[in-house]
Amino acid sequence: MKFVVCLKQVPDPETPASAFKIDAAGKKVVPAQGIAPVVSPFDTQAVEAALRIKDAQGEGHITVLSMGAASARDVIKHALAMGADEGVLIDDPALTDVVDPFVTVKVLAAAIRKIGGVDAVITGRQAADWDWGVTGPGLAEELGMTQATFAKAVTAQNGNLVVERVLGDGFETVSIPTPALVTVSNELGDPRYPQLRQIMAAGRKQVTNYTLADLGLSAADIAPRLTLEKLYIPVKESQVEVIEGETAQEKAANLAKKLREAKLI
Amino acid sequence: MAEGVLVIAEVADGKLNPLTAEMIAAGQRIVGEVGGIVNVAIFGSNAETLAPEAVAAGGDLVYTFAEAQLDEYLTDTYVPAAEMAISVADPAIVLIGQTSNGRDLAPRLAFRLGAGVVMDVTEFSISGGQVSWTRPCYGGNARAVLAVNTPLQIATIRSKSFDPLPADTGRAGDTIPMESGIDAGAVKQKLVSRETAQAEGIRLEDAPVVVAGGRGLGGPEGFKPLEDLANVMGGAVGASRAACDLGWYPPSQQIGLTGKTVSPDLYIAVAISGASQHWAGMANSKNIVAINKDPDSTMVKNARYAIIDDYKNALPALIDEVKKLKG
Ligand SMILES: Cc1cc2nc3c(=O)[nH]c(=O)nc-3n(C[C@H](O)[C@H](O)[C@H](O)COP(=O)(O)OP(=O)(O)OC[C@H]3O[C@@H](n4cnc5c(N)ncnc54)[C@H](O)[C@@H]3O)c2cc1C
Ligand SMILES: Nc1ncnc2c1ncn2[C@@H]1O[C@H](COP(=O)(O)O)[C@@H](O)[C@H]1O
Repeated sequence: MKFVVCLKQVPDPETPASAFKIDAAGKKVVPAQGIAPVVSPFDTQAVEAALRIKDAQGEGHITVLSMGAASARDVIKHALAMGADEGVLIDDPALTDVVDPFVTVKVLAAAIRKIGGVDAVITGRQAADWDWGVTGPGLAEELGMTQATFAKAVTAQNGNLVVERVLGDGFETVSIPTPALVTVSNELGDPRYPQLRQIMAAGRKQVTNYTLADLGLSAADIAPRLTLEKLYIPVKESQVEVIEGETAQEKAANLAKKLREAKLI
Repeated sequence: MAEGVLVIAEVADGKLNPLTAEMIAAGQRIVGEVGGIVNVAIFGSNAETLAPEAVAAGGDLVYTFAEAQLDEYLTDTYVPAAEMAISVADPAIVLIGQTSNGRDLAPRLAFRLGAGVVMDVTEFSISGGQVSWTRPCYGGNARAVLAVNTPLQIATIRSKSFDPLPADTGRAGDTIPMESGIDAGAVKQKLVSRETAQAEGIRLEDAPVVVAGGRGLGGPEGFKPLEDLANVMGGAVGASRAACDLGWYPPSQQIGLTGKTVSPDLYIAVAISGASQHWAGMANSKNIVAINKDPDSTMVKNARYAIIDDYKNALPALIDEVKKLKG
């Protein structure tokens, strides 16, 4: 099977709230000092999902695809070290600070068409920066593929993908014909961690660079449908009262009393 | 001319889910300023019996698609059904729930119809007839305010973000039975099996008290005293993603950005550090109590009350004291 896995480079989502800053005028996030950007966590799991199918089938080809700045080469390298076969980076000055996933979908879809003959596209359920969760289903529609979102497990059976999906109140299994698009959720489990030998080998794998022109796209093709009016950090009011007491029992009694006074018990 | 709002209703346990009424209320606020009516589309065999509920919640015109093929959600059946509803209601704005179904449906529908889509809306404002949608991003650390430039706008609404209108059973509203006209040949997804966990006792989303546990519980057995506390307080038990990922508690009980949204009167966070992605799911709780060993954790700092102690000591003591008060 021929896979494309989409990866986004994002500011580390574990950045402590105190280090999270916004440039309100520029309506963008200021990179936290000393905290390197990472592969959006669900995307490493998307790579893992493709690798598991490839391992099970004993064959297959995985292209990892990222739209981003030159630094996004790092997320491609990481996926290549995990075991992906080749990388494609779409880096174009017209694409800096894209907010609208509509733009992302147009660009990634053009690249996937150019790669050609793809049986399965795998993405994360949502990117850990904008938390849209739009790109996967958007790509599926754009490419005319059947979709299955929020996968916790994916296997290939007779030209179909069998996907276990995480629902709000349980799980379901769907079978979809290829070409198909799957979005992966954290329930898939831990992605493999590249070994030194694989990191070395990844250096020899091919990474192709595309610009918008290479994809046959003009600025008009990617005119956003959304306008960002404002980006801000909400204020959390903190007025914590730490409950006093010598022993746990005393603290519990004092808390219970407060909750009773507040009519919460 | 496209105007007004269409709410895509969601049915859960044979009723409209609470989020549907919240979306209808949001819809009434929108049409109050930009004109038009609030249309509601209900899918599934018992759509017609549910229509009066939608009217009582504030729906002006209800389209029912009483078809057994719409009893279970599938992208391939719901996208064309929603498309049909949109073509007859001709709204300017479509509201869909930010649930697992809505998260699957809304983006695909938006690309099918050439609409701009804003996911996970928690607030909006209207000025000069233009809606500005507010949504959390960056794991709940930031808020973005966005406008949609396309004639048709689609927004998904996070549950508990808007208060429903008081149900008014005397309200007038029309119901129009519809047919989706789904082309069976275009339905490519095959549902193999579905297991939905029937929560025992009170549902997490409806519970007035939520007791939630995190990685600091140290293992699945750590949830036992949480369940006991929830029992004596008439509440439900939730979990952080870390605890769910470790397999200590089912993902259906996960609270946060990618889990459930809760807004109980009382939220008791036990051994949870308070990451922004967790806050995203419980920030609207009316009172937050943190039980944590670490006085510097975000959960403690942003709680109303905190007990700084090992949960193994604090919880049995608290269960005991609550029992005493309850007599
Ligand atoms: C894109 C994305 C989406 C996410 N979505 C979600 C989501 O929906 N929900 C969610 O919860 N998380 C989510 N996360 C994960 C989130 O970032 C945190 O990693 C997670 O919430 C941490 O869980 P925790 O607080 O249980 O664990 P930890 O951060 O490890 O905290 C454990 C806490 O327990 C305390 N503790 C330890 N031992 C004891 C003891 N004996 N007694 C009392 N206290 C003790 C510690 O002091 C600490 O505060 C998401 C992350 C990403 C990147
Ligand atoms: N710039 C990008 N480059 C490659 N893949 C992306 C990009 N943006 C989003 N994706 C993919 O789409 C998924 C969902 O992103 P989003 O719709 O932005 O939440 C991500 O988890 C990625 O797999």
